[in-house]
Amino acid sequence: MSTKVVIKQSTYFDSVSLMSLSTKANQIEGVEQAVIAMGTDMNKEVLKNVGLLTPELEAAKTSDLMIVVKAATDELCESALMAIEELFKKKGGSKSATEIKYSTIDSAAASIPEANLAVISVNGAFAAREARKALENDLHVMLFSDNVSIEEEIALKQFAHEKGLLMMGPDCGTAIIGNVALCFGNAVRKGNIGIVGASGTGSQEVSVRIHDFGGGITQLIGTGGRDLSEQVGGIMMLDGIKALEEDEATKVIVLISKPPAPSVQEKVLAQVKSCKKPVVVYFIGGEETAVLEAGGHFAKTSKEAAIKAVVLAGANEDELNKRALNWPLIEEVRAKLTPEQKYVRGLFCGGTLCDEAMYLAMDKYEDVYSNIQKKADYKLKNIHESKAHTFLDMGDDDFTNGKPHPMIDPSTRIARFLEEAKDPSVGVILMDFILGFGSHEDPVGVMLPAIIEAKAQAAKEGRHLEILGYVLGTDLDTPNFDEQVKKLMDAGVTIASSSTNAGLLAREFVAKGE
Amino acid sequence: MSKINELFNGKIHAINVGIEFFKDDIIKQNANASHLDWKPPGGGKPELINALDRLENVAVAEKIAAANKLAVERIINSQPMLVGFDQAINVVPGMTKTTILHAGPPITWDKMCGAMKGAVTGAIVFEGLAKDIEEAEQVAASGAITFSPCHEHNCVGSMAGVTSASMFMHVVKNKTYGNVAYTNLSEQMAKILRMGANDESVIARLNWMRDVLGPMLRDAMKIAGEIDLRLMLAQALHMGDECHNRNNAGTSLLIQALTPYILETEFTKEQKREVFDFVASSDYFSGPTWMAMCKCALDAAHGIENSTIVTTMARNGVEFGIRVSGMAGNTWFTGPAQKVIGPMFAGYKPEDSGLDIGDSAITETYGIGGFAMAAAPAIVALVGGTVEEAIGFSTTMKEITTAENPNVTIPLLDFSGVPTGIDIRQVIQTGILPIINTAIAHKDAGIGMIGAGITYPPMEAFEKALLAVTETISE
Repeated sequence: MSTKVVIKQSTYFDSVSLMSLSTKANQIEGVEQAVIAMGTDMNKEVLKNVGLLTPELEAAKTSDLMIVVKAATDELCESALMAIEELFKKKGGSKSATEIKYSTIDSAAASIPEANLAVISVNGAFAAREARKALENDLHVMLFSDNVSIEEEIALKQFAHEKGLLMMGPDCGTAIIGNVALCFGNAVRKGNIGIVGASGTGSQEVSVRIHDFGGGITQLIGTGGRDLSEQVGGIMMLDGIKALEEDEATKVIVLISKPPAPSVQEKVLAQVKSCKKPVVVYFIGGEETAVLEAGGHFAKTSKEAAIKAVVLAGANEDELNKRALNWPLIEEVRAKLTPEQKYVRGLFCGGTLCDEAMYLAMDKYEDVYSNIQKKADYKLKNIHESKAHTFLDMGDDDFTNGKPHPMIDPSTRIARFLEEAKDPSVGVILMDFILGFGSHEDPVGVMLPAIIEAKAQAAKEGRHLEILGYVLGTDLDTPNFDEQVKKLMDAGVTIASSSTNAGLLAREFVAKGE
Repeated sequence: MSKINELFNGKIHAINVGIEFFKDDIIKQNANASHLDWKPPGGGKPELINALDRLENVAVAEKIAAANKLAVERIINSQPMLVGFDQAINVVPGMTKTTILHAGPPITWDKMCGAMKGAVTGAIVFEGLAKDIEEAEQVAASGAITFSPCHEHNCVGSMAGVTSASMFMHVVKNKTYGNVAYTNLSEQMAKILRMGANDESVIARLNWMRDVLGPMLRDAMKIAGEIDLRLMLAQALHMGDECHNRNNAGTSLLIQALTPYILETEFTKEQKREVFDFVASSDYFSGPTWMAMCKCALDAAHGIENSTIVTTMARNGVEFGIRVSGMAGNTWFTGPAQKVIGPMFAGYKPEDSGLDIGDSAITETYGIGGFAMAAAPAIVALVGGTVEEAIGFSTTMKEITTAENPNVTIPLLDFSGVPTGIDIRQVIQTGILPIINTAIAHKDAGIGMIGAGITYPPMEAFEKALLAVTETISE
């Protein structure tokens, strides 16, 4: 055991600093005991009690700083003394005053008068409460959280409606307000088309297609998936249409939803009828007649919705590259597939993308199964086992329970993909890759090894495995759209130019004997 | 233009609650976003969230707001004046020769921690109720002594808070509301009773304080009349004290105010010299004075129906207790006392420390001490080491308080007032606990102070208080 003493004459530190230094010194590795203190009688008494008082320390004056270190070896003592010297040095360059952190919406709203919107993504159990606080503070709300009860949703939306505020969500993943994408969204051009969407990826898809066709958007209002249910009654879609109608920059309005409850569709179409601006209605799997009767513009697919919107907004239809279906490609793929490769397997991150592809397949085939099928007979009993044509929304609660969404964590989809690739009855596997704010930083990259492996395995077994990819994104998005596409093509993946074309190509690839 | 259309045309400034990268993405798009430091309200406990919801009913919330406004006004407008010094038996309500007051919520002899037992037995010897510590233990256990919390006798006591009949007390009168608060005298920094020490040197000092210091201060104040403590507190904060752990400025101001009157007393020059030497022996001399000042202001705000403002935070070394204005009288809400984390005197380790103890958290209840750390950059080591952290503690406390006290301000924060009026609803809503900077006493009797640092009340005390208050307030 070794003890070293350093006495610094006429060096003053206050007792609190010295306590702090001593505490840190005792944490230095190898230090048995360290005392840093002024040479007062009381401190000498302490040193005496722990058996460290030497004649040298005894002689220290009240104004002298005493440093005593006890360690196993001389070397350890020396290194500890050097470490203690470091402790005395100032940490240098104090950090700039940090941003004040607020803990509640109330205090943040009170302190930031320019705040106008709350983006809420806390656990569903607490989300409604926070949303209510935001509305009470006159903030518009984007409620990303799911698992909020429908009663809470109704109460929040009625409250927002009374106050003239936007209440987007719950379970609303996408919005673009004032050219700023909130949560999940793509970098799309500013323009004159306004969107109200009850479906997240559906709205993303239409906004991206509008951009692709040279148009742009004013606002994208996400309402959350339940807005057009019987109970909620479309409160936010109705308010959204009204706001876009009053918005000078908006020339055309697009509505996107899964099929609404009939009574709600009636309300929405009544508002479309009275709206002074042209309204394109894309209710997935919806009926044309009612829309036309209301003076709306009916769209059967997301692509059609985008084309109608840009044309109504002023684009020349003849000059649009509508990216027609590539029939020679379809023939080529059909020729590669064996007669038993009859089925499509769609593995989706985006719920509406899944829905659109599924509805297109249902137009052609009977046996279309899914975890989100409306028809009970075709709803998968066991979601882990595909049947005939199967379209899986892997972002649905069945798959995400306790796990992150596949747009963030792709592991579940990778595993399922490898399984589907082994099935000799599968002709084509369709997958979406969603770019933009909130998404994975390299959605293609994480899937690529599995794609290459599956392709190689199928080749080894002497069968062609057609993999069809759709990359949802614009040339302004991060990660880079072209690079993502190139990586897929290099791996032998066929690329669809839109959600609609993805669905059409998939169903046509596996068509037999036409 | 409708609010929605205003949003379309304005610049987005989002408040982001939850996933942090949503804020980053918004900022990337040249809009503004502020991320909340959010925790589930009530720690996510459904019964607490229900209680918060009930208290947010418009009619109820209005009642509470009115009550809290009144409570906070009374804290801020209180003008506690030092009006005298006298022995506890002469002034403290309910005091008897066999009463011993202690810090924190009620506790029985058998449950007391080491430091408090040490102080109690020392006080019994000091009062002549036993000849030595051993006998004092028997007396303490015999039932002959009435134990009672200081707070239930308009008093506060540092650390163990042990106060007995002969001890001299500050007498602090609220000029605005008329109530009076008491606390005993600082024994300064040595082996002292309030830290649990009780040997002959401790008793000898208590005797001297009873026979010389106390009477001299009493006589001096008879001549002085009154000293405005709130004004002096405000000055001390401007001079770099937070008046819980740093009392350098406050002690200078107090003794400066007392000196002319001390000189006029009938005591000998030697005795006066002893008193001045004693005051100079530690900067802590004015520590208890501020506690009595805070107690005097907070008592004026206690017992206002429907108020959710905390009027007491106190610890007995085993339990931490709070009192809330709306629950009149001596209704305590308690949870286990916590460890105090901070630098320690050379030679001591964290395992030597006793749990949080003392009525000194009355300073934080008022809005100084840990709440005013930004005023005392010299002792930032207590809260982590940087001035920035000290400022952070003071600004964070605004999240759980109702007002800023314009009479007591912090220069470093642009002279904003100290955070005042802890609201139990805000504590439960935010999960932010009041910060307390305090001394660390050794866990065993007879040793004394071994460090200082930071501690927090147990959330449990606030949870119990919220649930109880919710029961008492009807729509």
